[in-house]
This record gives sequence, C-alpha cells and structure tokens, in this order.
Amino acid sequence: MQATIPDRKRVLDALLTAATRPLAQAYEALSATMPQALPVRGPEIGMVMLRGRIGGGGQPFNLGEATVTRATVRLESGEIGHAVLLGRDMEKARMVAHLDALAQRDDWRATVETRFVAPALEAEAEERRRQVEEVEATRVDFFTMVRGED
Amino acid sequence: MYVAVKGGEKAIENAHALMADRRRGDRSVPALGIEQIASQLSLAVDRVMAEGSLYDPELAAMAVRQARGDLIEAIFLLRAYRTTLSRFGNAKPLDTNAMRIERRVSATFKDIPGGQLLGPTFDYTHRLIDPAMAGDVSVAEPLRREREDDTACPRVTDILDGQGLIEPDVPGDAEPADLTRSATAYPVERDLRLQALARGDEGFLLALGYSTQRGYGRTHPFVGEIRIGMVDVEIDVPELGFAVRAGSVRVTECQMVSQFKGGKGGGPDGEPRFTRGYGLVFGQSERKAMAVSLVDRALRADEFGEQRNAPAQDEEFVLEHCDNVQATGFVEHLKLPHYVDFQAELDLLRTLRREANEHATREAAE
Repeated sequence: MQATIPDRKRVLDALLTAATRPLAQAYEALSATMPQALPVRGPEIGMVMLRGRIGGGGQPFNLGEATVTRATVRLESGEIGHAVLLGRDMEKARMVAHLDALAQRDDWRATVETRFVAPALEAEAEERRRQVEEVEATRVDFFTMVRGED
Repeated sequence: MYVAVKGGEKAIENAHALMADRRRGDRSVPALGIEQIASQLSLAVDRVMAEGSLYDPELAAMAVRQARGDLIEAIFLLRAYRTTLSRFGNAKPLDTNAMRIERRVSATFKDIPGGQLLGPTFDYTHRLIDPAMAGDVSVAEPLRREREDDTACPRVTDILDGQGLIEPDVPGDAEPADLTRSATAYPVERDLRLQALARGDEGFLLALGYSTQRGYGRTHPFVGEIRIGMVDVEIDVPELGFAVRAGSVRVTECQMVSQFKGGKGGGPDGEPRFTRGYGLVFGQSERKAMAVSLVDRALRADEFGEQRNAPAQDEEFVLEHCDNVQATGFVEHLKLPHYVDFQAELDLLRTLRREANEHATREAAE
C-alpha cells in the first residue's frame, strides 16, 4: 500500500528535524531486525539556497545558502526512501532515508511511528513549549503594572 | 630588470607552525571546543554565517576557532568552503510570519497583536563589564511563563497595510537574481540588492545606515518591527513530489517604516502612504538587519522619485563595496610582494629625476 503524501511528509518532517542522538539510539536498538537498506545515492553533502521574500511577503530573493545532506536508499522489497536535512550529518541522513523506506511497508509502518516518529514529535513539542514559555516571561505587560497605591 | 623571487618556502612553513602555536596559546589552558564557540560565542558564529553566506553553525564555529577570532578571516574560510559544495537546489522562501519568535519588538505601536517580547537582548543592560564574567559563576535557568493567549504575531507592516497607510508587499514567484551565479550589471533590482546586503559587512552597512540618519539620504525611519527566531526550511524533493521540512534556521527580520510618499510611490490614486525598508539576515543580529533595512530603503530612491546624492543611495557604490571578503582581498593583497611593480616605479622616478637634472644643467649652460 502506497503511503499518502500527508502521512509520508509527516514521518519525514518529524525524523529530519529530530535530535540525532535519541534517533540513533532507537535505530541501533532495532537495526538487527530491519530489512537492509541498499545505497542508491549518497549520503552526500551539498547546499541549498535559502530564500526570503521582499518585505516578508513579496517577491523571493536569495538570502544565502545552507549546508544539506541527502541520501536515498532502497530495500530489497523495492521501497525507496529519501532524506534531505540541514547540516552535514551523513549517518542521520542515511538512517532517515532507511526509516522513510521502512515506513512504506505494512509490517514496519507502526514500528516507525511508535519508536521514531511519535517520540520525535513529543520531544519537539516539549522543546517548543520550553522556548515559548521562556520568551513569554520576557513579554512586556504595559497594562498590568502595579502602582502600589492600595 | 626582472627579479625572480624564490626561497620563501621554509619561512612560510615555519610561520604557519608559529601561527598554529599562537592560535593554541598557553597549553596549560584548556582548548576551546566547537560546542563552546557555537553556544557561548553564538553571535560571532551568527555573523560569520551571515557574511559567509552559508548557514552551518558548526562549520562557522570551526572557522572562528581557526581564524583565532578574526571574524573576517573566518567569513573568508566559510566562503571558500562553500565553493567546494554543489548546490542541490533552492529551498522554498522562508515564511517569517510563521517564525517561532524569540524576540519581537515594535517602536511604532505599543499594543501590537501578539505583544512585545524582549527575548535575550543586550538592550536595557548597563553596559558595565560584569565582574562575574571573570569567573565561572553558575547561571540560573531562565524563568518560564505559560502562554495565556495564543494571539498570532502578525507583521506590523501588515497591520498598517490593512488600512492602506503603507506600501504593500507585491506578491509573486519570479525567479530571483543570484549574484553568486552571474556577474552583476547595474542597475539591479531589489532582490539582488537584498542578497548582497544580507551577506554584506555589518560595519560598512551600519556606517551607511547611520549616514542616512545624519542626513546623507534621509528617510525618517521608524522600526515597525524587529523579530528574531527560528523558521522552518522546506525543500522540494522532486523524487517525492512534495516538500519536506529539512530543518530550521534562526533569522532576524527588520521592517523599517519610512517617510510617506504621495504621487509616484504613493497609493493607487497617488495618495500619500508610508514607504518601507526591509532587512533579513541569518542569525540573531538586529544591528545588521536594521542597517540593511535602512540601506535598502535608501537604495530605492529612484522608485520614489528621490534625488540620489548620498553614498547610501548609490547602488553600485554600496553593492561593490559591502562585501568584506572582496574588500579584504584587494586591500590585503597590497602586502604581497610587488617587487617588480615597485622596481618599475623606482626606475621611472629615477629617469624623471635624471631628465630634470640634465634639463637644468643644459639651461644653466645656455
């Protein structure tokens, strides 16, 4: 069964931006049981041009480049997995491409979800909450100043 | 006379070894780690990424270390590294409206939707050297406060735009110019200027922005909004047929609101409205983003029918001199051997003197 685009994007988005260490630990724990990944392309390091928009919402302009690493792998059963992530982490790109391929298999989809995607999304949500709350503490409350008159 | 110069190899080799020694410094002091530079000198790393025009905090930290903290040297190293990589493609334009905000202030409206978030700023500090910096005093975790309302943070310029009081963004998806791929032919459009300014030298652009405030191309600016934070990078993967979130980058965006214009540069019927300058740079660098937005506005003189008579309004002057790698290359090449050039000048000078002497002697004899 072919994974739908939103499903596959959700898996890739979560894994590509996941912290490397926990991802690698979970991968290590399961790698002996995984169908092997055969390299198709990479992992290889290159760049993408990042763009902004004039004024924030206008025509695009080239802001500057960022390093990226991409990898493509294939399973014996034919599924192709892709990864492209910011930075220069070839091992992570290979792992994510492998997991992307595995997630297309009915016998592995649930494992990828519970062991990799869900923990990554949970960690990300917690990290984002922490950052939002730290910044929130620096909000200027113009109308809540206590004047000390009562 | 041709002077062949050889024989510097040993001296160069030894000089590099001496430089490596001085870079390491006192061996009884622990060496700086890349993580230390990336996290504790993060604003230096941000500057190197911005002006090196390559987003990679780890590489930029290595460059800072290798350059002994000489940031222009580090920028040079990063620029050199990027020439060794091939470009896989273009990311989708960053959506700064969806930024995960770390700091956001407006100097034009006190009560903006989403509020004023000071974030990690040097503003309001006393600028006195803190004696605690001499040691390793433990630092408390930052305070946290639960977010009560989830009001989005719309761009301040969009709020004014809704009332027709400010020039709007002109949406589109034209392929932007790229100064790293084709030679610049003047005049250029705003997309190319913003690319050049984003990688331009902070000091040079700061001075130019300052010059506009002092009257050399005055634009009466207000900071509509500065926002700093993380923005997701979406990259189209042709094999997949959709874009993936490949990571996120920290950027600083400045919306400068400048003096209103009527007629040409005004509203649809020529009614007066505020004009804008825009700055977007890698990393946390509001000084640079503000300078870029001031210079961006100054460079739009023709669009608004303004006279161009100040340095900050001179597109070719600004763009050709804002790149510190180009500038340092040409200035610093002067210290390399110019023995032959100088010999020629010396010969010419001696010839001139001899001719002048002979002329004087002849005149005296006559």
